[in-house]
Amino acid sequence: MSEKKPPIWLRIYTIIAYLYIYIPILILIIFSFNTMKLNIRWEGFTLSWYSVLFRDQDIIQATQNTLIIAIISTLVATLVGTLAALAMQRYRFPGYAASETLMYIPIVIPEVVMGISLLVFFVMIHFTLGLVTITLAHIAFNIPFVTLVVRARLHGYDNAIDEAAMDLGANEMKTFWRVTLPTILPGVLSGAMLALTLSLDDYVITYFTAGPGSTTLPLRVFSMVRFMVTPEVNALSTLWVLTVFVVLLIGQIVQSRNS
Amino acid sequence: MTTTHTEENNKRVPLMKTIRENRVAQGLLLISPANIYLFLLMVLPLLLVVVLSFLSRGTYGDVVFKFNPSNYTRLLDPIYGRILFYSLEVGIETTVLCILIGYPLAYYIARAPARQRSLLLFLILVPFWTNFIIRIYAWIMILRAGGFLDDVLQWAHITQGSLNLLYTPTAVMIGMIYEFLPFMILPLYSSLEKIEFSLLEAAADLGAPPWKVFLRVTLPLSVPGIIAGTILVFIPALGMFVIPDLMGGAKTILIGNVIRNQFLTARDWPFGAAASMILMVLTMVFTLYYTRKAGFGEDLLV
Amino acid sequence: MKIYRFVTLIALMVMLLSACSAPTPEPTSVPSPVPPAVSTPVPASTSASTTATATTVATLKAPTSKSLNLYAWSDYVPQQLLDDFTAKYGIKVNYDTYSSNEEMLAKLQAGASGYDVSIPSDYAVDIMIKQGMLEKIDLSQIPNFANLDKRFTNQYYDPGNNYSVPYQWGTTALVYDKKKVPFEPKSWADLWDPRFKGRLVLLDDEREVTGVALQVLGFDKNSTDPQQLKQAEQKLVDLKPNILLFNSDDPETSIITGEAWAGLVYNGNATLAYREDPNVAYICPTEGCGLWFDNLVIPKDAPHADAAMAFLNFVLDSKESILITKEFPYSNPNAAALDQFKAADPADYSAYMAFPGTNPSDDFLAHTVAVHDVGDATKIYDQLWTDFKGQ
Repeated sequence: MSEKKPPIWLRIYTIIAYLYIYIPILILIIFSFNTMKLNIRWEGFTLSWYSVLFRDQDIIQATQNTLIIAIISTLVATLVGTLAALAMQRYRFPGYAASETLMYIPIVIPEVVMGISLLVFFVMIHFTLGLVTITLAHIAFNIPFVTLVVRARLHGYDNAIDEAAMDLGANEMKTFWRVTLPTILPGVLSGAMLALTLSLDDYVITYFTAGPGSTTLPLRVFSMVRFMVTPEVNALSTLWVLTVFVVLLIGQIVQSRNS
Repeated sequence: MTTTHTEENNKRVPLMKTIRENRVAQGLLLISPANIYLFLLMVLPLLLVVVLSFLSRGTYGDVVFKFNPSNYTRLLDPIYGRILFYSLEVGIETTVLCILIGYPLAYYIARAPARQRSLLLFLILVPFWTNFIIRIYAWIMILRAGGFLDDVLQWAHITQGSLNLLYTPTAVMIGMIYEFLPFMILPLYSSLEKIEFSLLEAAADLGAPPWKVFLRVTLPLSVPGIIAGTILVFIPALGMFVIPDLMGGAKTILIGNVIRNQFLTARDWPFGAAASMILMVLTMVFTLYYTRKAGFGEDLLV
Repeated sequence: MKIYRFVTLIALMVMLLSACSAPTPEPTSVPSPVPPAVSTPVPASTSASTTATATTVATLKAPTSKSLNLYAWSDYVPQQLLDDFTAKYGIKVNYDTYSSNEEMLAKLQAGASGYDVSIPSDYAVDIMIKQGMLEKIDLSQIPNFANLDKRFTNQYYDPGNNYSVPYQWGTTALVYDKKKVPFEPKSWADLWDPRFKGRLVLLDDEREVTGVALQVLGFDKNSTDPQQLKQAEQKLVDLKPNILLFNSDDPETSIITGEAWAGLVYNGNATLAYREDPNVAYICPTEGCGLWFDNLVIPKDAPHADAAMAFLNFVLDSKESILITKEFPYSNPNAAALDQFKAADPADYSAYMAFPGTNPSDDFLAHTVAVHDVGDATKIYDQLWTDFKGQ
């Protein structure tokens, strides 16, 4: 790693770039304390919007739904995706090219198209729209991303390690659990995190596959922003950002303690 | 004697052993959950959409089982050509600007000492993980007449009246870049980080000026990152309609709007299906061409 | 490794938390065993009195369902009303939202089921009845129906109110800020004035906006004539430089901030703007303005039809109905509720009666033209709208 300091213009540029990224977030947070309901000008300080938020049953229900969907879809997609990645990086089998193309479809397809196709599909097979359909949809678009990330990790994997382990007497299963998996684990976790993010933030596909009582947080936020733009939205945003901040921070600390 | 013995053995070989020894079988087993799932929930629905695109709209917006190829011919109307062109324009502009704006940032982070790097990446991820509607809403508050930006500029006596930035194409671009920048920065960073900086130092030692080092060494080595970033930005940007709606005042219409309108306002599902198919074909062609030329860039996603 | 364990721990915690408070899953596939409402058309002659008739609650069937799935416009049903309903019947209400009739129609036409009550507008009710998407309503189970102002029942889209019950109504007309606009606009044609450059906010509604252009040209708002529509499109293209934004959700915000000076909005939006700024005026231009009625309906195969009927009756209760008016400034078709409003809150009541947004005059109403479904011509309108916006 070079010890040379970056040129001054680059440093200034970076600071400005980070400001561009963070100022909107800061404004959101500040205006969550605004007394003015329509939130156009700053009028005064209050914490009342937070209490409104905590009493808002719709938001609480939506948050629950969002988390359940995200966690289940991430777990399933990570499992299926990792297996698929292993298959694609280490084995050759008939239909390899077709499998690869199949894997990439959810990535290149526009969300609108995917959402609509799933809506049409579920309706045709008379499957009631709800939390289950949303979760099924999320798993579908998560699998390819997990596969991609894990494949990337496997790509640089040196099979010599595996061979060495087997030379030392371990069978295939043992090699996998004790050697391969731990080494690719950062990739698997990256894939899982990506899947989690995609699921938590998804609006379009969720919109088309949601049913009664299965509102998620992005859907709720969208309708809140469009209709009642009160500081309650800001309060929700602030809590969201804080949660993300804390979770990532914990992740960082744990990671640095590991290495 | 011996042949009969082997024959019996062959008949009694259990399935598990076959799988354990046959690599093709193993591969198929591992890929089958993904294949089955995606076939059921991706391919079948898409086939339904293809079928739908050839049907007709009923008087009340329902779907009638009447073969109707005119959905596709309708798309040949210059109205849609214009929209497609404009959407491509927005997509390309967003991608290019993200590359230009994101590259120096990614470079800085890649060159930073290890501890700073984690912090800087972390700071990029926090807004990235925040709901995108919320982030757009923040920009609306900033850019609107009498909003934050206007207040600051007027307080600093830089401007007098309002900039009236909201509901203009500029506002839309600001929003698009804000939304897609992390998708560009992360792959760029990934590929820049892999570059051995001793290479750059060697080039410098050999007498090359910094700009030459950048053009001849750094840039080419970071191409996989640029490609991955382009795919991650361009494709979603093409179908994006929320930002032009919220920040552009819904004054422009992009492919995403057209498709969405067909399924909602106009309730002409067959036509919407046809438009979706065209969009899908376009993005697939783009991706296939692009990745065939320069690799999918998967090695940078870690 | 530690991250792995950490993530698993969080997952377990969330699962536990959600298991504790998750509502019991509703058997949405099997409708609850409720006797289907027998349709008895209400003869128009019962419109005499506006006070609630003495149908005792004892003759009403008590609902057995424990929840109700409401599918309505965002910000349209007060939380207080829902809470009161839950308090009275012990039925939990799930309130899912949509932001346009088309959205609701699209979802319900696609076959999305599980909703018990929806609140479509007039032309949407028309389409839904024609497509057999609604359950018939037994008005004998809705005694509070008598509370309604008879001007609003028995409409073209549902004569006899076999399928729908009025909820709120309103107009779609011209709003402007008297202080900002240098003259007094009287007609839609005034919006084309170059002094309005970049100062107009319009509903993002292809029918209402095209309707304005049609009316300015002297045509019928619900025209299906391709020639007329072509001219209307050209007229709209001429208007483009004046348009600041399209917004059907909160157009009043841009009026309040002063970004927009005038526009085409719903009465509710205009009233909200007026509450913030008394300089806001709302008029029905000479060419005509829009009229709409929103109605409570019960989608076909509603899983909790009994709860839905109880809800319909509950909403029409005069005390509950006032809650709607207090929170969302549209016009209330519930005459009994308005009487009570007058008695209980004379100051708010006069404010309600004074502003044309909430209480349009007879002259105002005389110039209204409602949007009707145009069937196959919807394609032409959509194409026109796409073309117009794409320029």
